[in-house]
Amino acid sequence: MAVRAEAGQKAVTARYGMWFFLYTEFILFGMLFLLYSVFRYRFPADFHAGAMEENILTGSVNTAVLLTSSLTMALAISAVKKGNNRLSAGLQLLTMALGIGFLCIKAYEWYVKIVKGLYPGSPVLLKMHPGEIIYFGLYYTMTGLHGLHLFAGVAVTAYMFYFTIKGRISADNCARLENTGLYWHFVDMVWMFLFPLFYLIT
Amino acid sequence: MGEGGEGEGIGKDKSYLENAGGRSGIAAWMLSTDHKRIGVMYLAALMSFFGVGVVLGLVLRLNMLHPGAIMNAQQYNETFSLHGVIMLFLVIIPGIPAAFGNFFLPIMLGARDVAFPRLNRLTWWIYLTGAAIVLASIFLNNVNPPDTGWTFYVPYSIRSQTNVSLAALGVFVLGFTSILTGLNFVTTIHTMRARGMTWFRLPLFAWTLYATGWVQMLATPVLAITLLLVVLGRNFGIGLFNPARGGDPIMYEHSFWTYSHPAVYIMVLPAMGIISEVIPVFARKAIFGYKFIVFAALAIAGVGYAVWGHHMFVSGMSDNARVVFSFLTFLVAVPTGVKVFNWVATLYKGSIRMDVPLYWAVTFIFLFSIGGLSGLIMGALAPNIDVHGTYFIAAHIHYVVFGSVGPAIFAGLHYWFPKMFGKMYNQRRAKLGWLIFFIGFNVLYFPMFILGLKGMPRRWFDYPPRFHTGQVIATVGSWILAAGLIIIFGNLIGALFKGEKAPADPWGGRTLEWQTSSPPPAENFSGALPVMEEAGYGAEEA
Repeated sequence: MAVRAEAGQKAVTARYGMWFFLYTEFILFGMLFLLYSVFRYRFPADFHAGAMEENILTGSVNTAVLLTSSLTMALAISAVKKGNNRLSAGLQLLTMALGIGFLCIKAYEWYVKIVKGLYPGSPVLLKMHPGEIIYFGLYYTMTGLHGLHLFAGVAVTAYMFYFTIKGRISADNCARLENTGLYWHFVDMVWMFLFPLFYLIT
Repeated sequence: MGEGGEGEGIGKDKSYLENAGGRSGIAAWMLSTDHKRIGVMYLAALMSFFGVGVVLGLVLRLNMLHPGAIMNAQQYNETFSLHGVIMLFLVIIPGIPAAFGNFFLPIMLGARDVAFPRLNRLTWWIYLTGAAIVLASIFLNNVNPPDTGWTFYVPYSIRSQTNVSLAALGVFVLGFTSILTGLNFVTTIHTMRARGMTWFRLPLFAWTLYATGWVQMLATPVLAITLLLVVLGRNFGIGLFNPARGGDPIMYEHSFWTYSHPAVYIMVLPAMGIISEVIPVFARKAIFGYKFIVFAALAIAGVGYAVWGHHMFVSGMSDNARVVFSFLTFLVAVPTGVKVFNWVATLYKGSIRMDVPLYWAVTFIFLFSIGGLSGLIMGALAPNIDVHGTYFIAAHIHYVVFGSVGPAIFAGLHYWFPKMFGKMYNQRRAKLGWLIFFIGFNVLYFPMFILGLKGMPRRWFDYPPRFHTGQVIATVGSWILAAGLIIIFGNLIGALFKGEKAPADPWGGRTLEWQTSSPPPAENFSGALPVMEEAGYGAEEA
């Protein structure tokens, strides 16, 4: 009984820790969103022009990919809670694959821009309007930081995958996986704001 | 609970200093997850960096005796930048939570450790990494150390050819120490309190760590992203703060102070916590207005978030914004004043025992009042324009940060030293050190108020002759201050080796740390965890 109560207590503690951590992440991204809103207010036309460079098709596909990955992550947690570690491991693998897929599409978008000479400090960019320079500065910073977070999410999920197949995550001991899920959904949510702010403002 | 003396040497009852968890040598410390060992390591690191910062400060004062004799202007800029970066980011911001918070929070709550012991150890390693990066910025790359001041203001920090990127990266890494320590403590307070330790029975030091923990979590990420943008601006051409690329340097100042003003409360709140512990013990009285002190701490943490604009009154802001920021700044003074009155009221009609910790606690109140009241002068819009960027500011920051948090750390050090190391120090020598420190401090920094009012700008390498007398007095003060510090630390370090054995409760303290042996066993309490049947020291029953 004591062991079980202790595991319950540990899960509560872990959940507190993860929520607090997400608050700090919220502020970290929040500051960038704040800077975005200040500059967007100052250069509305330039932001409009900058957003014309975005490929709305790849952006939409990426949004769908990431949303699906959140679904598979949530299903992976449900599967563990129902005692089906094999199914959960499979779903986690799918989640990781979708995450990596997102990063690949993102890398492709960056590649297309860089080939055009649109990267921070590039001669092409420096000839453009100040607001457009800022737009692309924000674009690379925010999607870059988001990509790094997603990459970290994939790495942590890989650990969880290992724990799941080794049986170290189970129905009464899945706080780690739940926390990974919380983090994953948070990163997903950040994208839900990045997508309209960079792709849909044309 | 173990009453008095050390354990009998069997397993769990051995003190944390003897119980190395099966490791030996340096690994027994570096790999330990014991919050007490981690706290002691932080204390040692903080005091070492403090020594470095003091030496840099002495050199700065020496230059002002005869500008140009020992260093040139560029070296002066680098020295004051390093002095600021080391003192603020390596010493005083991690300061009390990292050292005393780690050691005492779990004991005060009646717990065996913090909520996430391994994360705590990782945090300590991150601190060392960040410190190493900051120090590397002095020596690496054949570039000069940063010369921007500790504030890294753009556009100069983007243009400066010195090692700004590395120093900013080091501060960025140190930010994780703050965030993770705050996260760990807030979680610990939520989930690890002993049975019967209700929120309003918490020791006030724990309450201030709680308020501080929230500020650490919610303010530090702002600094992280801001410094990241400076590094990106220097190395990758992203110019969000660079006017040549459409960016806005004022946005840097806003972002920077959105962190750095709350950071003042990261330093001061736990200092207030120590004072709230020390005063009732030595006044032999319950603390006056426990709940008021608690809510004042939370109010300071909350309102402190919304006053950053007062650092920027002359940077370019609308009049409306300035009036609002000025008003909010005055508002912070209210809960701060509440605390000061509560401490004084606790002393009133107490049967006061004048031991060393109380000397320091009263010194805190005195110097903090000077520092705080001078803050009101700058918080008012009209005088601000006059004293902005002068020695007045330098005097103010030193009264608040060094003159208040410093004595609070010394109060904590002298109060808890017997508990941490199981040794008593020489009280007479400690009082002598206090006296010399107190004199030296005021001789050093009070003339700066006057110099500032007369127009001496801060950070200047040279000055017109009319400021010479004040500069000489301040420099002499710095020597007296240093002598005081040598006596204080000499006394404490000597006590580590030659001090008499300390009893479990030398002062008559009533919080839980005094109910376990000195030094505490590895598991904090030999036997079962304590159960709080009634309110602790001073906390009135609701």
